[in-house]
This record gives sequence, C-alpha cells and structure tokens, in this order.
Amino acid sequence: MQKNKLGQIWEVISRNQIIIPFAALLLLALFNLIADPSFFRITLNENANGDPVLSGNLISIIDSGSELAILAIGMTLVTAASGGQDISVGAAIAISGSVLLRVLCGSDSRSETLQAPIIVAFLIACVVSMLFGAFNGALVAYFKIQPMVATLILFTAGRSVAAWINNNELPIVKDPSFSYFGNYIPGIPVPAPFLIAIACFVITWLVLKFTTLGLYVQSVGINEKTSRLNGLNPEFIKLLTYVLLGLCVAVAALIKVSRISTINYSVVAKDIEMDAILAVALGGNALSGGKFNMAASVLGAYVIQFLTTTLYKFEVNATALPAYKAVVVILLVVLSAPTVREKLTALGKKLRRNDLPAEKT
Amino acid sequence: MREDSVLELRGIYKSFPGVKALQNVDFTLRKGEIHALMGENGAGKSTLIKVLTGVHIKDEGNIWIKGHERPVQIHSPQEAQKLGISTVYQEISLCPNLSVAENIYIARGDSRFVNWKTMNTKAQALLDSLGIAVKATQQLASCSIAVQQMVAIARAVDMECSVLILDEPTSSLDESEVAKLFKLMRKLRGQGVGIIFVTHFLDQVYEVCDRITVLRDGTLVGEYEIGSLPRVQLVSKMLGKELDDMADIKESAPTYSDKGGTPVYEGIGLCSSEGIAPFNFRIRKGEVNGFTGLLGSGRSECVRTIFGADKVTGGAVSMDGRPVKITCPREAMKNGIAYLPEDRKRDGIVGDLSVKDNIILALQVKQGFFKPISKAKAVEYANEYIDLLDIKTASVNTPIGSLSGGNQQKVILARWLLTHPKYLILDEPTRGIDVGTKVDIQKLVLKLASQGMSITFISSETDEMLRTCSRLLVMRDRKLVGELTGDQLTQTAVMNTIAGGEKHAEE
Ligand SMILES: Nc1ncnc2c1ncn2[C@@H]1O[C@H](COP(=O)(O)OP(=O)(O)OP(=O)(O)O)[C@@H](O)[C@H]1O
Ligand SMILES: [Mg+2]
Repeated sequence: MQKNKLGQIWEVISRNQIIIPFAALLLLALFNLIADPSFFRITLNENANGDPVLSGNLISIIDSGSELAILAIGMTLVTAASGGQDISVGAAIAISGSVLLRVLCGSDSRSETLQAPIIVAFLIACVVSMLFGAFNGALVAYFKIQPMVATLILFTAGRSVAAWINNNELPIVKDPSFSYFGNYIPGIPVPAPFLIAIACFVITWLVLKFTTLGLYVQSVGINEKTSRLNGLNPEFIKLLTYVLLGLCVAVAALIKVSRISTINYSVVAKDIEMDAILAVALGGNALSGGKFNMAASVLGAYVIQFLTTTLYKFEVNATALPAYKAVVVILLVVLSAPTVREKLTALGKKLRRNDLPAEKT
Repeated sequence: MREDSVLELRGIYKSFPGVKALQNVDFTLRKGEIHALMGENGAGKSTLIKVLTGVHIKDEGNIWIKGHERPVQIHSPQEAQKLGISTVYQEISLCPNLSVAENIYIARGDSRFVNWKTMNTKAQALLDSLGIAVKATQQLASCSIAVQQMVAIARAVDMECSVLILDEPTSSLDESEVAKLFKLMRKLRGQGVGIIFVTHFLDQVYEVCDRITVLRDGTLVGEYEIGSLPRVQLVSKMLGKELDDMADIKESAPTYSDKGGTPVYEGIGLCSSEGIAPFNFRIRKGEVNGFTGLLGSGRSECVRTIFGADKVTGGAVSMDGRPVKITCPREAMKNGIAYLPEDRKRDGIVGDLSVKDNIILALQVKQGFFKPISKAKAVEYANEYIDLLDIKTASVNTPIGSLSGGNQQKVILARWLLTHPKYLILDEPTRGIDVGTKVDIQKLVLKLASQGMSITFISSETDEMLRTCSRLLVMRDRKLVGELTGDQLTQTAVMNTIAGGEKHAEE
C-alpha cells in the first residue's frame, strides 16, 4: 500500500515540468548546506552611500541572475514559436546598452549631466532593440531561415555595431540616479535588478493571462499548418516573439550598463545567450518548440546562476568554471529531457504495479 | 500455442494515465488468414497493435510467435520487424522530406542498397508491380495522402514477414486503390502470411476477411468466423447495443430547391494555386451539398479555395448577397465559414495541446487576442462537446495526440461546431470514425442544417453523401463537370457522372 502511494506520487511529480529545475535547485541548496551552511547567511549592511542593503550569496544570486531570467522569458517564447533559439541576445544587449549611453551622454562621452531623461533613453533603446528583434524575426518567419543561422548575423556583427554607435568611445554616466537600476535604489535593501525582474515576471504573467499569446505561440510552434487554418498568422506570431525578446534584451541591457554606468562592448553580456538557452532547456521546455512553461524557464535561469555562484564560492578556477558548469548542465538537461521524464514516469508505474497481487511471472 | 497460428496474444493489459486501454485481451492470428480487428473509436485496436509492435510496452500478458519456444518480449518496432511483424500504422509514419524510394528502403536497418540508382529502380519496380502511380524519386511530401498511404503499404509488404498489420489503411483510399490492396492481401494470404486488418468499413471486412475479433472499451468481446457473424450482429457486438436505423435519415433530409432567396455563400470563377479549373459555387441557408469525384479529382481543392486555405488566385465571392473578400482562413472565419480539413494529422490537430485547447482554438482566434476564453469557460465548452460527440478522453487536459484516431477527428469537429458557423465545410468528417458515430454525425449534419446552417459535406463513401446531401457537385480531372439534384441522386447516376470520362481513359 505504502509503495503504491509512493508510485502514484512519483508518477504525478515526474510528469510535471517545473519539477526538474526545482529539484536541481534543492540539490544545489542541499549541497551547499552540507558543504558550508554559512553559504545561506544574509546580512543587512550599509553601503558606501549609507543606505541599508542586504548581502550574502543568496542575494547575489537573485541579483546577478536577473538579466538571465529576463532574457529567459523572451527566449522561451522564441523557442516555443519558432523551434529555434536566438543566439544574438548578448550582442543585442551590447547594442541596446550602447544606444542607452549614447542618448544619455549625447556627443560628449564625459558629460557631467544627463543629456536626456533616463526614461526617454530607455524607450529609445527598447525601440532599437525591438527593431533588431524584428530583423531576426523576419529572417526566421518570412525567409524561413533556421533561427540559429538567422541570428548568427547579429551575433557576429552586433558588438561592432554597438561600438560604432558611440564612435568607439566608452561613455560614462556620472548621474548617480542611473546606477540605481543595476544596484540599489536608496532605501530599498533588495537589489534593484531583482525588483525589475519581478516586475517583468508579473507583466509576463498578466500578458499570458489576459491575452491569448500563450495559446497562439504554442499552437504555431506545434503545428503551423493547423494554426493557419484556424485563422492565425504563424509568420506574424513568430516575428512577434522575436520582437518581445528584443524588449527583454533592452531591459537586460539597462541593468547591465547601469551596474557599471558604462559599457565594455566586447565583454558585456558575453555568452549570456548560451545561458539563456540553457535556462529554457533546464525548464524542461523542448528546444524544438511547442509547449512551454514560463515559470520553469525563469526558475531554470536562477538555477544556472545558483550553480555559477556556488562554483565561484568554492573557488573553482575561472578558466575551469565553464567545464564544471557544462558537466552539471548536461546532467540537468538530460534529466529534464522528455524521453527521460517518460522513463521516470514508467518507473513510477512499475513501482505501483509491483504491489499488485497475483502477478503472473 | 496452436499448431496453425503464427501469433498469439494472451492476457494483454495496457493502461495510460487515466485510461485502461486494454484489459485481459486475447488474440490469435492463424497462418494464411486475414483477421479483422474491430471496435468503436477508442476501443483499443491501435493500442493492441502498438503493443504488438513494440511502440508501447505492455503492462502484462504474453506474446507468442511461431518458431519461438517462449513468449517474446518486444521492446521496439525494430525488434518487431526482426520477428517478422510488418506494420502500416494508422497515422502515416513516413518521412515527408525523403523521396518515395528512400522511404521504402531507408530506416529499415539493412544496407542492401548502397547504390542510389539501384534503390530507385528497385523501388520503381515495386511501386509498378503494386500499381501505384508515383515516381520513386518524388519527394513524399508532394504526394497525396492516398499515395503516401500506398507507399507505406508498399514499404510494409516488401519486407519479409509472417505477420502483416494494417491499421485503417483504407480510410484515405478510393475504391480502385482498395481493390488493388485487397488483391495484394489475398496474394500474401496465399503465401501463408497472417494479416491483421483494422477498418471501420464493414463492406471491406466481409469482402476480404476470414475471421473477426471484436474489442469494446479495451476488453475482448469475442472472436468469430466471418460466416457466423452477420453484419447486424457484428455492429451490435461492437457498440454493445443495436445500431440506430439509418433508413430514417433520408426522410428528414430537405429537398433542394433553387428558389430560396439569396445564397449564404456564392463564389464565381473561383480558382486557386492548386490548379483547379475556375468554378462557380453557391449554397443556400439550410442546404447540405457535397463535392464528389475520384480521389485527386479536386474536390478537396475546391473547398480549400472557398475557405482560403490555398492561395486564392481569382474569383468573386459574396455572402448573403454582399461582396466579400476571402483569401485566407482568417477572413473566411470572420465571415462565418468553418472548415474541417481532410488531413487530420497535418492540418487538424495541434498534437501536444490538450483536448480543451484544441476545442477552443478556432473560437478563441475568432474572439481575438485580448479576449482569452477563461479556463472555466473552456472546460465547460470542452465538456459540452465531449458529451455531444461522445469523445473518449481521459480528461479535458489530455493531449489530443494521445487520443484514438477517431476521437481526434471528433475533437476537430467540436472545434468548428463551437464557432457556430453560418457555413460549415466538412472534408471527410467521417474518416476513421466508427459505424455508430458515422450515423450520429450524419444525423448531426442534418439537424444543424434544419436549424439553418449551410453545410458542404465531402465523403469518399457515396452512400453517405446520398443520405445527407440534397445536391451533389461532381468533379473530374480538377474540373466541375456536373450537378445532381432530386431524382438524379442515385448511386448509379453519381457513378456515371464521375466516370463520364472513363471511356476516354480506357482508350
Ligand atoms: N499514448 C497514449 N497516451 C494516453 N492514452 C492513450 C495513448 N494511446 C491511446 N490512448 C487511449 O487508449 C484508448 C484506446 O485507443 P486506441 O488508439 O487503441 O483506439 P482505437 O481502437 O484504435 O480507435 P480508433 O478507431 O479511433 O482508431 C483511447 O481511449 C486513447 O485515448
Ligand atoms: Mg486506431
């Protein structure tokens, strides 16, 4: 009887997608708990400006994982609709960040005052970023180019474009209010990037709840022909997902440049595209498109950050870091693959059946 | 194991989450027989076959195969193939991107053909010998479903096998192709191959089969010699009750008159990129009409043009007398037209989505992006149609892909009924649907028509159309060649009009 229940629970659990990133998170937490419980310590300090701020490993995880989590939102949509991934998001962040600085600093890269309100700069960056998204999306949707290949163009050229926007200069924003977005808002001890990320999730959640985006995106990703016969415009929906990813890129770029109030074209958000794709995979979403689970992707992003922070904590050599990460990631991704999940479900069934009486051999 | 049987299944159990698909099912296939496997939609026929071919692993039970001392364990289709079991699945499972020849020989695990030229000639010879009119080098995706189906059959029969399984192979074939298939089946039977044949066409069962096994709701009803089980009894064994009489259907069918005011839909000089000759078409309120003709005669292309599913290249359309523009499905839907496509797997289902989402999809698109149907409402709609059409599904959240073929079809039908269209186009709505439900669907069509819906009904089964339609448009060689109404609506008249060009062809 006992075993029967267990099997049932196992079956339900192993069928739910979010369980994979969740289990990974627990595993990492457990590992840290055993290795060094002080990992979880959170303290309230004062920063240089005399504002109260929380600090600790957990805080650093939710802080530095924010850009990734925001990108994971857009990447999930792109993956679901087009069955492929956008590998240009890192380069696009460089472009978007560069635009932001260009508008804020005007022609004088060392200007003492803001040349334009931050909101205006941000909106312009959003528009530019969405246009680049539309460019990628158009290649994928209308020219039917493989997403990886289509976005390779921007991946290759993006960082030079970013440098070109500011004539290869590195503008520095002196106004302290610009640094709030990537650090702390005075008086709020929680890192601002995390708050921005939460705002993004809430908006995404509302959009998915109060529009039919989710249904349309999944439907197009699963069966384009059927979608068309049901009155959808598959090309437009694919394009739309790339534009939305562009929007996510702009937000991530705002955080990235705000963190240091300037930009380094060649290293800003380097390799972030791979982590964003991993986050989607870790969330148990098929990289070939179709059904998606947004919460699982976002959780996946934080798991990746958790992993990175843990590895840093254990002073893994910076050059060896990717190798360690790769091993863990392979493990997690394999575990979250649908076929493996199916096997696990079957295992649960077996567990259950073992207690059925009168089994023939 | 009996001396003359090639295959025995004993006490097979298989369940899926929420469904007991097979419970204690026995099945015996003798050497050199054609054995019909019958049952309603969702009775478990395909599941039994998939257990036998290793697609699904059985929960319990034994499979005995001739020549093996002990029960065999089949874990994959490859293993089944090695054991001499060759299969044509219900849903065509070939690679659309490959050529016909490649589909026949590749992924078979033998490397007999390294030479592409030999492979193509071999394949061509095989196709010719089976009378399949297709070039071996043609890409499979560019072939009609019927041809794809025949290719799947060719692939299966070309393998050395002692057991051949055909799961609804005839649902997309027309009579002449069915005849070819039957000839082939009889030949193989003569060679001692045991054939399992699943179909919903009773005529076909009585034409070729030797014995019948009936399943109902996953359990075995019985095994019968064909001679000892008359048709009426077979049906009641399948349904577990007597079949409603079909005879009363026609009485309620409205007779067609051309004087009913302005047509709901009228198209003049319609043509599409699929190469049909421009045609005129109109339908009145409450009218049921149909396109008939041989496979490939262009009947599906006509309705696709009406719905804007193919690229519309010309023609003027008016609805209720007002000129409208319909060049894509969205515009058609806005004007109250609904279209149930012929190819369910390719054009109909959204495989991984739930039954509920599949049902509300079209209505949702019609309502618009900012008006999502609430979960509660969606469940309510889904349940309404699950009851109405008697859809067998574990829950509204089950992915449609895991439903039985016939039940998937009903879900797609539900999707379009839910949009409450003015004009409903049904292209082969009864394909893969069991006998009981077929009658229900025909009745439903007539009921909807009596409530004022206009319906175009296409079916490969002429008597189904004669029973429901008050006007038939006959297609031949992608041209509209005739129109039959009233007294002309007889089997022979339809056949004659369809075959009008046959003398031509025989020359
Ligand atoms: N992969 C699966 N996952 C879950 N349920 C399944 C799966 N395959 C089949 N089923 C369920 O098992 C039952 C039997 O299905 P099956 O496909 O064997 O029916 P069938 O007799 O072939 O019907 P049809 O005539 O419509 O093809 C159905 O209720 C179906 O929903
Ligand atoms: Mg079936």
